[in-house]
Amino acid sequence: MARKMAIIASKGTLDAAYPPFLLASTAAALGFEAKIFFTFYGLQLLNKELDLKVSPLGNPAMPMPVPVPSIIQVLPGLQGFATWMMKRKLKKKGVASVEQLRQICMESGVEMIACQMTVDLFDFRHEDFIDGISTGGAATFLEFASEADITLYM
Amino acid sequence: MSEFDVEIDSSGLNCPLPVLKARKALAAMSSGQRLQLIATDPGANKDIPAFCKMTGNPLVHNTEADGKLYFTIEKGEANG
Repeated sequence: MARKMAIIASKGTLDAAYPPFLLASTAAALGFEAKIFFTFYGLQLLNKELDLKVSPLGNPAMPMPVPVPSIIQVLPGLQGFATWMMKRKLKKKGVASVEQLRQICMESGVEMIACQMTVDLFDFRHEDFIDGISTGGAATFLEFASEADITLYM
Repeated sequence: MSEFDVEIDSSGLNCPLPVLKARKALAAMSSGQRLQLIATDPGANKDIPAFCKMTGNPLVHNTEADGKLYFTIEKGEANG
């Protein structure tokens, strides 16, 4: 029987989008049955049109070309600049885009589950999400996770 | 360099793309055929052997030349 991996994706920033899609696509390539449960801000990763951002604000570990004090980071445009810079760097270093990794996940049979409670909580609309996903709750995740060889919260 | 049937060049691509490209290529091959994967991602040195071990596709040869990594992977039995 195939090994199993269960992931909870709870964050929706550009940087946080990488670990779930990257590990799930690789797990599928290694023969795992992988499922990702998207909850809270992680639901943003299911939108058809991804508009993910990254901000240095509240993230002192984010490398910046020049040191930017927090008081400056709140200025309009800084988040857009940081996102642009990150995307440029990812491309330059030959790192796959989030869209690309998500597509590989879909093609390789990674099951994606939207948390029904948080979909309702934030008034997300199912029609905004990509096709081929399902919805479920805590028990749905735990049932699969209880049989999983690897379980990760991200 | 050892003999191969299919060649995939993942030069310039970073983790996990070399592994994902190897998987895709192997899926379209038949048992016993050999894939040569070229990579520049230094992480591939650990990742490709791990991939081969976990998927039952033997790594028959690996070498480094001109700053590139060359892996020869044989498609194993009974895996997609």
